Amino acid sequence: MTVTAPQIEEQEIHPDVALVELARAGDQAAFEKLVRQYDRQIFRTAQHITQNREDAEDITQDVFLKAYRKLDQFQGNSKFSTWLTRIAVNESLMRLRKRKTSRTVSMDQDVQTEEGSIPRDFADWSPNPEQNFTQSELSEILKKTIAGLAPGFRTVFTLRDIENLSTEETAEALGLSVPAVKSRLLRARLQLRERLSRYLKKNEGLTS
Amino acid sequence: MTCTEFLAKMTDFFDGHVEPTLLSEIKTHLGECHHCEVVVSTTRQTIEIYRDNEVYELPTNVRERTISSIMARCKEGC
Ligand SMILES: [Zn+2]
Repeated sequence: MTVTAPQIEEQEIHPDVALVELARAGDQAAFEKLVRQYDRQIFRTAQHITQNREDAEDITQDVFLKAYRKLDQFQGNSKFSTWLTRIAVNESLMRLRKRKTSRTVSMDQDVQTEEGSIPRDFADWSPNPEQNFTQSELSEILKKTIAGLAPGFRTVFTLRDIENLSTEETAEALGLSVPAVKSRLLRARLQLRERLSRYLKKNEGLTS
Repeated sequence: MTCTEFLAKMTDFFDGHVEPTLLSEIKTHLGECHHCEVVVSTTRQTIEIYRDNEVYELPTNVRERTISSIMARCKEGC
């Protein structure tokens, strides 16, 4: 047996952490890299939550400004992208509240609904149902459908399924427990499925 | 396994987070229950369709605006 030198414990350092370090030391180009890496994701998240393009544009800018100012508070025990997402979610909910002056908006609002807890539509979809629509028709359907969900549902779906955060990261970004994320995700998916089914199910007149 | 019991496990099932005994119960249920089988396939399609079609694209000027606003702030002292 060969004796190897004791391995230095190489902790896997996420490339973002290195960029954050550089940015903290005053390297603006490093922070610019982070902006380019995550601005699309932050914009999509803000747009899905607020359903308002102007707000989403402003939020995107504010999130990175805020992150830049508060860079010292980034602990590195969560991913930088999760940290950014958390700021984006908070900013988005604040904007929603401002717009809907009469109602409070929170992650808990409207999630008591029974909708989506029991599937009702059991029609199968065609294998590639999106092919029945033009790209812009499909895009309209998808926007309209997700916009109909309560913020607490569409936010969880956006982070978990569209932006691909893990359940734990989603919980962290939203300040929710893991079981709460799981139950909202299930309901969000089922509600979307039910609503999309109106457009995407097989045309029975054609199949039988 | 009832349909309600399956639904309660569907998220874990999608994530591959179910232990073997439960997994085989789920598979048995899906083999026998057309409704749940449809719910599984159409829910999967729902997720895929949203993932594959980016409905909101970043407007081109937003990135530049963001970057220049950070630069401007830095001139005032970061
Ligand atoms: Zn069933």
